[in-house]
Amino acid sequence: MQSQTMAAEKLSPAAAPADAAIAIDDVTLRFVTPDGHMMTAIRDFTMTVARGEFACVVGPTGCGKSTTLNLVTGLLRPTTGSVRVMGNRVTDISRDIGFVFQADALFPWRSVIDNVAAGPLFRGTPKAQAYEKARDWIGRVGLSRFEKHYPHQLSGGMRKRVALAQTFINQPKILLMDEPFSALDMQTRTAMQDELLGLWSGLKSSVVFVTHDLEEAVALADKVYVLTAGPGTVKSVYRIDLPRPRVMADIRYDPKFIEIAKVIWNDLREEVQLGQSRGLQTGH
Amino acid sequence: MTAISPTEQAATRATSIVAAEAQARARLRKRHALVIGLRLAILVVFLGLWELCADYNIIDPFFFSSPSGIWEQIWSWVTEGTSQGPLWLQIYVTLEETFLGFAIGAVGGIVAGIILGRNKLLADVFSIYIKIANSVPRVVLGSVFIIALGLGMASKVALAVVMVFFVVFANAFQGVREADRAMIANAQILGASPMQITRSVIIPSAMSWILASLHVSFGFALVGAVVGEFLGAKQGMGLLISTAQGAFNANGVFAAMIILAVMALVVEFLITRFENYVVKWRPAPFNEQGT
Ligand SMILES: Nc1ncnc2c1ncn2[C@@H]1O[C@H](COP(=O)(O)OP(=O)(O)OP(=O)(O)O)[C@@H](O)[C@H]1O
Ligand SMILES: [Mg+2]
Repeated sequence: MQSQTMAAEKLSPAAAPADAAIAIDDVTLRFVTPDGHMMTAIRDFTMTVARGEFACVVGPTGCGKSTTLNLVTGLLRPTTGSVRVMGNRVTDISRDIGFVFQADALFPWRSVIDNVAAGPLFRGTPKAQAYEKARDWIGRVGLSRFEKHYPHQLSGGMRKRVALAQTFINQPKILLMDEPFSALDMQTRTAMQDELLGLWSGLKSSVVFVTHDLEEAVALADKVYVLTAGPGTVKSVYRIDLPRPRVMADIRYDPKFIEIAKVIWNDLREEVQLGQSRGLQTGH
Repeated sequence: MTAISPTEQAATRATSIVAAEAQARARLRKRHALVIGLRLAILVVFLGLWELCADYNIIDPFFFSSPSGIWEQIWSWVTEGTSQGPLWLQIYVTLEETFLGFAIGAVGGIVAGIILGRNKLLADVFSIYIKIANSVPRVVLGSVFIIALGLGMASKVALAVVMVFFVVFANAFQGVREADRAMIANAQILGASPMQITRSVIIPSAMSWILASLHVSFGFALVGAVVGEFLGAKQGMGLLISTAQGAFNANGVFAAMIILAVMALVVEFLITRFENYVVKWRPAPFNEQGT
């Protein structure tokens, strides 16, 4: 690709600076399938996220996006290579990390406020203090009237808000999000994206946001990682220099945004087609 | 196009909604009354036919008893006591054995289910033994317990325990296994320790499975206690049945059966109340929503 003078600057993968928030260095991860075979999920994977940076990851389905996030949390260990968070090798589940799941992961037997207070309570905050904090966060995501409701009494968008509050209440330095808004309708998603950017600019955490929606990635990110079809590795990295604060409802009509999205889409398209044809062959 | 004033429209709509609601409520009440009425009618017809058949010797009341005979038997037990002492004592003894066996079996089953459900190695090692133990016809164990533990309460409680344990264990184990992995990961990342995960994720999500098994297994505990008494006892409803059987007293057998059924129904009702209290977070099934 020719060098870009515009907002989408293609970066060359460089060695991680020492103070990076997340540094995944040349990681390969293989799963042992139930029938005893090895299956490579990601290979030679290198990625760095600076402190306070918002990184998005896009790639075809099954290329290892969720796997990458799980490596950062410590729920999975790399087969080879190293994963560092805040300069330290990941050995356990770190207290600095927050994770918003793709699927609904709220506790259905807990009311909204009990769900949001769960993190501080697990971490030993006194009850009164935990609930005070929870009430504050529920207010910030605009659900004060629904404190006593159970998750099944909320709409999908409201549940996602609860999940955001539940994660943000721990004030994570590292925020991982796995297609958090993919199940929402367009309007709700736009509102949630604005909300996310607002919360993020308050916390100044480092974010890895996985999505299959390229426009969402470009609109949110400082940096977009494009992955190859599985076994996934980084195909290219783009820096997105759109000014902040960004307004989600307007940004998609910005000519600069459209141009960037087009450039990255050209890159991503081959992988998506490759992923699909493989999926058809193997009957996924 | 002519515009209809919205307030006017809303007013007519509101009155028609109120009327429709009243109509719907009346229909529901009527239907409810109909269901109850039909139930009563079936009971009366059934008992009446039974009584008539017995009176006219179409069926032999010596073998198949009759409603009036059963009622007389119950009444004489209530007023004069049974051959083994007052009726309430028999009920009390059987209930005590049942509850003890139920409690021990249920707690044991829940604890074992959670431990094995949380630990893959233990589960793999023990699953084979549990399968073997589960395939032994448990009622036969009653004889073993009576030989080993005597005619007293212990043998009945033991039989009730083995009747309950495996059902509750199997359900608790399954419930733990089905706990949502994303939910567990979420709790882990929010900062929960393994103990906290067990308490605040595993047990609540296994709760509906466990409660379902409690319904069934209370009946099993009652069967365990009664069969135990049947096989050899000094007190209890099971002994009452076996005495009546020995004397060819069909009225006695049926009367004891009905008393047991009433006991089971009352406890079943209490368990349902408990269940509704514990799982109040659960969404109502769709057909009950909005009523
Ligand atoms: N526990 C596991 N055991 C074996 N294989 C696994 C396991 N988890 C994931 N995989 C495999 O690893 C590959 C990457 O999975 P991953 O969930 O990371 O994909 P993804 O990029 O998140 O896909 P999607 O966009 O559909 O969510 C897939 O081919 C999947 O089958
Ligand atoms: Mg995924």
